[in-house]
Amino acid sequence: MRIGVITFPGSLDDVDAARAVRLAGGEPVALWHGDDELAGVDAVVLPGGFSYGDYLRAGAIAARAPLMRSVIDRASEGLPVLGICNGFQVLCEAGLLPGALTRNSHLHFRNRDQGLLVERADTAWTSSFTTGQQIVVPVKNGEGRYVAADADLDRLEGEGRVVVRYVGGNPNGSSRDIAGVASEDGRVVGLMPHPEHAVEELTGPGTDGLGFFTSVLAALVVAA
Amino acid sequence: MTADLTAGEASATAGLSDLDTGPGRLANRLDTVDLAAATPQDEQPFAELGLRAEEYQRIKDILGRRPTTAELAMYSVMWSEHCSYKSSKVHLRQFGDLPPSDALLVGMGENAGVVDVGEGYAVTFKVESHNHPSYVEPYQGAATGVGGIVRDILTMGARPIAVMDSLRFGRADAPDTARVLPGVVAGVGGYGNCLGLPNIGGELLFDDCYAGNPLVNALCVGVMKHEDVRLAKAEGLGNKVVLFGARTGGDGIGGVSVLASETFDAEGPAKRPAVQVGDPFTEKLLIEACLEIFAADLVTGIQDLGGAGISCATSELASAGTGGMHVDLDAVPLRDSTLTPAEILMSESQERMCAIVEPDKIEAFLAVCRKWDVLAAVIGEVTEGDRLTIDWHGERIVDVPPRTVAHEGPVYERPMSRPADLDALQADAPPSSSADLRADWLAVVSSPDGADKTWVTEQYDRYVRGNTVLAQPEDAGVLRIDEQSNLGIALALDGNARYARLDPYTGTQLNLAEAYRNVAVSGARPLAVTNCLNFGSPEEPEVMWQFAEAVRGLADGCRELGLPVTGGNVSLYNQTGETAINPTPVIGVLGVHSDVRRRVPSGWRAAGETVLLLGETRPEFGGSAWASVVHGHLGGLPPRLDLAAERALGELMVALAEERRISSAHDLADGGLAQALTESALRHSVGARLAVPGDPTAALFGESAARVVVTTSAPEAVRAAAEQAGVAVTELGTTGGEALVLSGDGGAGLLELPLDELREAWTATLPALFGSPEVAVGTVPAGTVPTS
Repeated sequence: MRIGVITFPGSLDDVDAARAVRLAGGEPVALWHGDDELAGVDAVVLPGGFSYGDYLRAGAIAARAPLMRSVIDRASEGLPVLGICNGFQVLCEAGLLPGALTRNSHLHFRNRDQGLLVERADTAWTSSFTTGQQIVVPVKNGEGRYVAADADLDRLEGEGRVVVRYVGGNPNGSSRDIAGVASEDGRVVGLMPHPEHAVEELTGPGTDGLGFFTSVLAALVVAA
Repeated sequence: MTADLTAGEASATAGLSDLDTGPGRLANRLDTVDLAAATPQDEQPFAELGLRAEEYQRIKDILGRRPTTAELAMYSVMWSEHCSYKSSKVHLRQFGDLPPSDALLVGMGENAGVVDVGEGYAVTFKVESHNHPSYVEPYQGAATGVGGIVRDILTMGARPIAVMDSLRFGRADAPDTARVLPGVVAGVGGYGNCLGLPNIGGELLFDDCYAGNPLVNALCVGVMKHEDVRLAKAEGLGNKVVLFGARTGGDGIGGVSVLASETFDAEGPAKRPAVQVGDPFTEKLLIEACLEIFAADLVTGIQDLGGAGISCATSELASAGTGGMHVDLDAVPLRDSTLTPAEILMSESQERMCAIVEPDKIEAFLAVCRKWDVLAAVIGEVTEGDRLTIDWHGERIVDVPPRTVAHEGPVYERPMSRPADLDALQADAPPSSSADLRADWLAVVSSPDGADKTWVTEQYDRYVRGNTVLAQPEDAGVLRIDEQSNLGIALALDGNARYARLDPYTGTQLNLAEAYRNVAVSGARPLAVTNCLNFGSPEEPEVMWQFAEAVRGLADGCRELGLPVTGGNVSLYNQTGETAINPTPVIGVLGVHSDVRRRVPSGWRAAGETVLLLGETRPEFGGSAWASVVHGHLGGLPPRLDLAAERALGELMVALAEERRISSAHDLADGGLAQALTESALRHSVGARLAVPGDPTAALFGESAARVVVTTSAPEAVRAAAEQAGVAVTELGTTGGEALVLSGDGGAGLLELPLDELREAWTATLPALFGSPEVAVGTVPAGTVPTS
């Protein structure tokens, strides 16, 4: 299975996302923001970083990159898309996911090993988990506070589109402890924590993050 | 190079712009080489630019005429203390006299030394100071300090893979520390995080002597293959000189020679700050573009622009090559079209590089720059002869032998004298008995120096690039550099200034020993040394003596440990008024892990393991954290130094790691055993029941060097290995429980510290001082938001 990882100017965790895909058993494919085509990949990861230096708004400029037009088109056809941290910000700016990520309530960048509660284990990116499972994945951001109008938050929760929620402390002041959300069809998922940093015992707090990448490979096998 | 201002040098940009007559303000004539020859008697503001009368005369002797304004600007910045090392050079030569090391691929003199770590990999690492800019503008000063050292590493051909920061501030509860520290931390984090470089460790210490002179030392480490090493030289007649990266602006003008200028004139034109402004996004693009350019073999030489900007890059590149270079200054992309030629030559605008490119590779070079949206301009070429010439609007404004600018600056043998107060200081023996072990323990570990540093370190990304094996609060940062073989490196930075104040020679060696030990404790074999030497004014004979003693100590220590010095940085004039900072030699040691999977962490993970103390404990309290925290005392002598014992202990630690005999290891340093046990126990909330022999104050708070606490499930094997290595072993007890329970000789109870209570004491300090993120909602800590 070929999983594309998009590099925007200022992407930082693209090498990490590619490594996670490889460790999960997939084939990572490097994609360049300025390209027009998705090169026949089966899924796409938008990695963390500071695309365009977070200028204007985090993710705002990257959301208008040429390749994002293809991502948006293909997502409407069910292409699995995962946005991690800056990638989540890009997905919100691109209109693929609801809500917005704003400056952390305490105004600091914060990097810590974060407890997460998996609330949806049936999306393209979380099927390797069980509903209610608690995992530990690093979080690291300065603008990770998830916000949306109350009515939208109610609707997201009502439709079961909150994929992961912070437990053991909310690291950035996100509304209702929301760490990640999904599209209506569960194919597009965005989250602030970094599952690609929890794929090896040697370098991460554990290997809980690997499940996001094995999930999509399993989803693609089922689809094929 | 990055700029650390030398505040003691009387100098100002004011004089320059009064005379400078570029096309901008005050334009009435351009000071050309011809004009300089024709008007030998024109007065020039050399003193305001930090040059002494005899230095100015020497420039005139070199050129056979007065310098043009642009030439004067170049000489003034390149002959500054920061760029020329004019006060320190005669001492630093001792590092070059160390025995040759097989591990050293590129030695001192380049942007950073390069070390062979095996399997065809080379590692380059260096520390630089950005002390004064960080005081003036904490966020940008610290941020550009990181940016500058990262470019130094990139210039060698390496991919930067991690940073570390060694920070010192005035008293933690001083109002100005609340201004400076949050901004510095946010700046270090803001720049490094945005570049995608993990921060893997460092130091955070407080002392009154740094009020008004915080120390911000940043380390960067990079990795490459042997064949990819690049050097800064301009060779090949007709090769093009390309300036690429950010546009040149008016920031950081004279940063190396000028900062604290009291001659700013309210009537005159607006003076731009001598602190540079950073843009890490541009630097990230510059890094990726450079690595792509290196991989395609598109450059013959490369140099970063930091301190002294274009003056430094062109004169260093030219003098390292054949000597001839011509530059057309009109081709430099500007952020501000009113800049004069002298200002363009002096500007320290960040995120710029200068490359020497063969003409037939120019198009490919520019294509890579376009791909990464990096601005690039051909500004000149390598020429015949040995002159660096620079034109502006078609007229010659610089015509100099580049070596005289870059390498043949003044060299001083400054007078030295042993500090008059040193005998009294050394005779002032520290207290040696604790009235309340438990209270003292809590005081030491909750002091700002001893307390948990999470408030700072969680503002840094430690995970990016996915190769961080160990990071703060571990004794050393450990990085994997090959995912197949698991080859890796370890790095530690240490600089105990109290020891150096009491005895700069021994104190510096103790810092070297601590960094060496920290690397070895992780299981890595120490390989090479770098340094950042922070001192007061070299014009004070007592400071100069401290500096000379520190350098001599480091050179002697490296000789005894068999390690090369790969480079370093000197920051002088760290003083406000008459009072210099404590001598602060920060020493960095690089080690190599043949397999990072065998790294040894510092925290206890499991109950039922045997706790062993390796090394000998003596009642040594001079310069100790305990004497400082509990008694406010600094006096006596620092702990005894035994480099042979350090070496034996280091080799033992590497062997124990390779044989997987130990489950944790923690070096004993500031705060002694009390500090080490606190940190090891709290890491994963595992307590211990321990018996400490001998005098309890010495056992808990003494700072004897060459000691490590380890845990093991094979105590007999560790004991046997230690005895064979000649390292003393003391069995302290067993891990387990939810408290540290200590008894003394004969089983007498000494103290019991529940981990919850210990954690509260250890973790509460920095949030209480600098604001708990949980309660700071809606407030902006001073300095966290750049205003420029």
